[in-house]
Parts: sequence; C-alpha cells; structure tokens
Amino acid sequence: MPDVWIPAPMQRITGAPDRVQVAGATVRQVINNLEQLHPGIKELLYDEELDDITPGLAVIVDGDVSQLGLMERVSEDTEMHFLPAIGGG
Amino acid sequence: MPDYTPNMVLTSDKEYKVVGTRPVRHDGADKVTGMARYSADLNLPGMLYGKVLRSPHAHARIKSIDTSRAEAAPGVRAVITGADIVEPTGRASDLAEGAMVNFKFLSNNIMAQDKALYKGHAIAAVAAVSAHAAEEALDLIDVEFEVLPPVMHARDAMADDATLVHERLAAFQTAGTRAGGVLDDDDATRGTNTANHFEFRMGDLDAGFADADIVVERCVSTSAVHQGYIEPHSGTAMWHDDGSLTIYSSSQGHFTVRDHTARLVGIPVSKVKAVPMEIGGGFGAKLAVYMEPLAALLARKAHAPVKVSMNRTEVFEATGPTSGTEISCRIGATNDGKITAAEVHLIFEAGAFPGSPVAGAANCVLAAYDIPNTWIEGYDIVVNRPKTAAYRAPGSPAAAYCVEVALDELAEKLGVDPIDLRLINSAKEGTRRPTGPLTPKVGYIETLEATKAHPHYAAPKDGKKRGRGVASGFWGNNTGPSAAVALVNPDGTVTLTEGSPDIGGTRASVSQQLAEVLGIAVEDVNPQIGDTDSIGFTSNTGGSSVTFKTGFAAYTAAQDVRQQMIARAARIWEVEPDDVLYEDGVLKHRADDQLQMTFQQLAARQVPTGGPIVGRGGVNPGGAGPCIGVHIVDVEVDEDTGKVEIVRYTAIQDAGKAIHPSYVEGQIQGGAVQGIGWALNEEYYTNDQGHMVNSSFLDYRMPTSLDLPMIDTCIVEITNPNHPYGVRGVGEVPIVPPMAAIANAIHDAIGVRLTVLPMNPGNVLEALWEKNGS
Repeated sequence: MPDVWIPAPMQRITGAPDRVQVAGATVRQVINNLEQLHPGIKELLYDEELDDITPGLAVIVDGDVSQLGLMERVSEDTEMHFLPAIGGG
Repeated sequence: MPDYTPNMVLTSDKEYKVVGTRPVRHDGADKVTGMARYSADLNLPGMLYGKVLRSPHAHARIKSIDTSRAEAAPGVRAVITGADIVEPTGRASDLAEGAMVNFKFLSNNIMAQDKALYKGHAIAAVAAVSAHAAEEALDLIDVEFEVLPPVMHARDAMADDATLVHERLAAFQTAGTRAGGVLDDDDATRGTNTANHFEFRMGDLDAGFADADIVVERCVSTSAVHQGYIEPHSGTAMWHDDGSLTIYSSSQGHFTVRDHTARLVGIPVSKVKAVPMEIGGGFGAKLAVYMEPLAALLARKAHAPVKVSMNRTEVFEATGPTSGTEISCRIGATNDGKITAAEVHLIFEAGAFPGSPVAGAANCVLAAYDIPNTWIEGYDIVVNRPKTAAYRAPGSPAAAYCVEVALDELAEKLGVDPIDLRLINSAKEGTRRPTGPLTPKVGYIETLEATKAHPHYAAPKDGKKRGRGVASGFWGNNTGPSAAVALVNPDGTVTLTEGSPDIGGTRASVSQQLAEVLGIAVEDVNPQIGDTDSIGFTSNTGGSSVTFKTGFAAYTAAQDVRQQMIARAARIWEVEPDDVLYEDGVLKHRADDQLQMTFQQLAARQVPTGGPIVGRGGVNPGGAGPCIGVHIVDVEVDEDTGKVEIVRYTAIQDAGKAIHPSYVEGQIQGGAVQGIGWALNEEYYTNDQGHMVNSSFLDYRMPTSLDLPMIDTCIVEITNPNHPYGVRGVGEVPIVPPMAAIANAIHDAIGVRLTVLPMNPGNVLEALWEKNGS
C-alpha cells in the first residue's frame, strides 16, 4: 500500500502517526481512505469547494511534486508527502 | 578541471547542434535600440492618467474619506476608494505555480479598506486628463485617520500583548504556509500576528546531538530588501463596449494578471485580455498585481482608457520587498566532520498580510545535506510593512546565511576544509530530505568538487586584511503548466508563440529547443509572447521554470510539427510515413536516396499538401530538478572605515544542460550581484514611526559595476532526467550563497563573524569594536 507521510502539525491535530500505510490507486482514494483511519485529516488536505488539494499544499508522489493532484495515480510502493507549495521568484 | 577561463562550462556528454550554443537573442536589438515597448510606454487615444493617494502612516484606522473636492477638480474624470474594489472572502486560492493568494488580502493590499496597514498603502486613486491634474487632485481628497501604533518587527509582533495588524487574523498550524485567513464571525478567539507556525521533524534530534562531539549555534538577522528592478510597475486598462477589458502591463505572468484583475473587478476571466509588455526586471515581485485592477476600476468609472504608473518611491513603499528575518540554528557533528543533528528556527516578516517565503526557507535550508536528525520550524508574522513579494529563491538566501555561516564555523573548529565538510555531508540521489521526500538525481557533489578544483580556491590571498569565504545554496526549482504553438511559415521559418513572459533570455532558450528538434537554425525561429487570448494557460515566469516547462512545451510543439512534416513528405512521395526519416532538418526516404526534401522546401509546399502546419504543445511536466550553487569570494576589509571590498568572485553552479550558456552565466552573475547588494548595502531603513527613509536609489544603495569585479562563473552540467535536454532551473539559486560566503570571507579577513545584514561599514565597525573590547 502507498506509504503516506503525515506532516507534524497534522499528526497533533488528528492523532495520526508520522507515517501510515493507506490503500488507494489515486491520491484522491488515498486521502479518502486516510480520513477513515484518522477522521479530520481530509479537511486539512482537501478543499471541497475547489475539489482539489488544499491551496498552499503540494502533494509529492515518489519524490516529484504532482502536477495532477487528486488524479495522480499511485502504486503499491508509492511514497507520498504533503508539503507547502513553494512559489518561486 | 580543464584550463581556467573566466566563464567555463563543464559539459555533459551529450552534444547538440543548437542546444548549448550562444546565439544572439531575438529581442536583443529592439531592447538595446529602445524599440521594445515596456509597460509605461503604451499610450492610447483618449487615455487618462491615474495617480494613487497613499497612506502617510504605517498603521491607521480610516475614519472617513471625502472625495467630493477631488471629483470636482478640473480635468478629473474618476475617483475610486476601497468601496469600489471587490473584496472577496478570506479563502485562499492556488496560483498553479506553487504560489497562492488570499483574494481578500490581495484586494485589501491593492486598496485599503478600514485600515491603512503600512506607509504607502493605497487609500484612493484618481484618473485625470494629465498626470499633473491627477496628482493635484490627490491633495483634495480628505481622509480622516486615527493613527495607531505600528508594529514593525516580528519579535514585537509575536508578543502576547502586541498591537494587532489585523484584529481578526486566524493562526494556521498546517503543513502548508497558507496565505492566511480570517476568524469566523462567531469565533471569539483573539486575533494574532502569527499567521502560520509549522515544523518538520525527522529522526531523533536529542539522540543526534548526543552523538555529536561538537555543536555550533548561530543566530542572524536580516533586513527587508527590495528586488530593485529598473522598471516601475505600470498598468493600462481599456474597456470595450461589450463589457470586456484589455489590460496592458509587464508582469511575470499575464494569466495571473488576467485572473486576479477579473476577480477584483468582478467580471469573468473570459472578459479580460491581458497583453504582456516587455518587462524591465521582476525577480519575483512582478508576480503580484498592483496597478492593473486600479487602472481597470478607474477606466470603468471614467469611460476612457487609464494608465497608472508608480514612481520609484511608490515601488519601494508599496510593492513587495522580501522579508526581514530572524533565524537561528544549532548544528552538531562528530570529530570526523559528520553532521549528526541540526535544528533551524525561521521567523519571517510577511509585511502587512500573511504569506512570507518562510516555507521556501524551510524547504531549502538543509536540503543539500544528508543529516539524519533534523528539526525545522517556521513562523509567518504580519507587521506594518509592505506585503512581501517573492524575491529570487524566496526564503532560501536568509536561511542559507545562517546555516552556511554556522558550517564555516564548524569547519574551522573541526580543522576541516569548508568544502570538504560540505562534501562529507552532501546529499545525493536517494538521500532523505528533512522535509521528507527523497532527493532526486542532483549534482551537489560534482559542483562542490568543481569548486574545490577551481583555481580561485587555491589562489594566494595577496594583500592586507584579505579573506576568502565559500558558501553553498540550494533551490528546488519549479514547473507548471505551459503552452507553445509553432506556425510553419512558407519561407521555412517558424513563428513560435509562447505564454511565458521573457525576463531572462528565454525567447532564445525556448526557441533553441524547438530549433534542435526541427533541425533548423534558431535564427529561423521568431518567438513571441502571446496574450491571454492567443495562447493556452501558462503559469508564471517564476521559480526558474521557463526554460524547463516552456522549453518542454516548445519541444512538444516541435515534435508535433515534425510528425506533420513526415506525413506531408510521405504524401508527396506516395509512400508510408514510416518510410520517411527526419534528420537534421532534412526529410529522407529510408530506401530511396533520391527522395529528399529540406524543411524549407517542404514548408513552401505545405498549403497545397494539406493546409498550414501548426504544431502545438500543452504540457504540465513534473520533475523540475533542484540545483545548488557554490560561491567563492575574496574580500578586503578596511578596519578604519569598515568598508568591505569584493576583490574576486567565482560562482559555480549545476545548471543541468545549459541551453544557452551565456544566459545561464548572466543569471548566475545577476543573482550573485543582487546577493552582494543584500549582503553589504541594502536594507529598508525605517524610523520609529515605521516610515522608510531611504526610498530612492540615491539612498537605497544597490551595487553598480564600479563596486564589483567581474563575476566569474563555472557551469557544471549534471543533466535532469525529467527533461528532454536535461534542463534545470538556473535563475534563482545564485542569490542564495553570497551573504554567507561574504560573511565567511570577512571572518577570514578580520576574525569576526557578522550576524546582521547588511554588513555595511557601521555593522562591521561595531563587530570589530566588540571584538577589540572598545
């Protein structure tokens, strides 16, 4: 299952550990399944009105910032992170 | 290292015909002869001139605004205040390139609502038949202020009893640096100046420090500095009878200009066309809109086109500088130089609205090193200063200043060469970063080795009170959606329309990638920047992304042209496309060497063989590879005056594949020079009322060519596997190392560590006096 790294502040808010194995074939499915394990985390990661990753967050899938967000496909050995989206100059 | 030359390229193995060459830029002649049209050069029939009334106070409640006298003044056609601008909700929105915006705060920054939050904050604007009439009318606007105490520094703003910049600002504690938000109406929580507080932890910090034989600690502070572009902001707006709006301005992203102006004026994006003018520098600060919505609102009210331009003082007082910061770090290492633990604490002033580049600082500060136990925390603090804007590698330079000075101290105490210390601890492919993800293919080690092998590093330090310093810097580089369209002309040239404003020679570097695919000369490509109605959505020219992402789009468009050319040749020769080979700009039949046609010959026959050939590229590529730069600087310090002279400077950088080496070198040199200014001279100097007192280029001292030696460069090409030609972004990382490199050189020269920027004569003398006990 994809290996999801939970940001430290979200660990405190949701009681989630720093890493958790979550089933899913896309980022959207992983977030939905993560919510089942740790209620409350979805609203930190997902913007319902935009139907997208929360503005200001980037989802990193296997080392690269995903350009497809929720639609990005993940595999059994995917490593996923949620990090601040960094704007350049 | 080959024989030394001032600008050298340690090339990758793969050689190309166009990529890697140094053609003259397509826009060069127009720019040096004055033909190019920048934002304020535009004049439309019947155009009015806008001027902005700005707050004389750093913090004041606006009790009333009476514009009636101004409206009645001769020549005045329109007056607007905060009541005229759309004030959206406090939700944050993504800007696609990694940046983001909260439209409520954006609206309030462009025009104050109930409070003026910094000196220079826009209060009202006037459009009149001349600039003088508009300026005179500003004096006729009656504003009643209740002056409030300003909070100017992050530490003061973080105190429990601090004056609040926004009474209803909500604090975020998330993984992201949100652009902030406001408390719900029914939430009785006291507001805060701490817009965000976040952290990253990896490993066991206490155990890491317990394993260390030596620990160094550093705390530094940096002043707000401005990007200092030569062209002030300007925007011209014209409404059409069908309710649509055309905006002319220079920016780092005209799609952002379109989207933000539409939102703040209250019309759909389909009703706005943003036309990009040439840009005279941006360095991140022209990612934000300031003038365009005001011009649009004035033009709508006046029923005439309106141009609003800033003067230099307005640029300093009302557009984004980068943050003033306070940064501390603690680093532990074993006696053999292996770093076992590091912690970094980042406090960044955001200006009057949330959204400093503290997240960028956190992402970059330890990213080039392999450290098993880390803790990085960041604070985004609002103060009564202009809202900060991105500035070249946002966040990374100040953070690197702290850590790279601490590493120099660590190397000194361990008796290890400072480059060797960095080599011992360098991250490489597969190293886990402090923020979590694994490091992709990078050239950190190769760049450090090139630095150590560079003749400058071993050159004798002749002269009195001369010192040498080195430092490295990291930037992750960005990407984003981008579009390109290639039109094949009947004379065998190609018109390339792209969506990225050209701020650093990217017309050339993008055209080269198209020319390489098609096997034609880059001079046969005519690049142009399309307006928002003429090209697909393209994210901002920022994050060192354009040669990567728009080059990728041009490469894709060229491949599309190539396939169409093959099909046309097959049609003409009555063979299958698979029988046709496209090589070096020549189409050939694989078996019949009599069947050959050049790109130019086929271009001439395109219309009767199936119509015009149009190639398109719409991409959103991932995998923008990060890079590091390592700088060596020699300084001479005058112990009587405190003046620091840069004697020699060399910048070594991993560029991936340098598409146009001259422009990579130009970016490296430009970034280094801006970093030198940040290190030695530049600062927002404010009085106790929060007023910037050096808001002109006479008093805000940027380095000139007379202050500097030639900046030597060395490009190290470690190609990025995620790009067809191996491109990495290059424009931002060169501003990251200079401050620390110069501080380390000053220490080498006179034995004191400067912990306050700028390291101007006053601060150098203070440090010397402290060292000498006088």
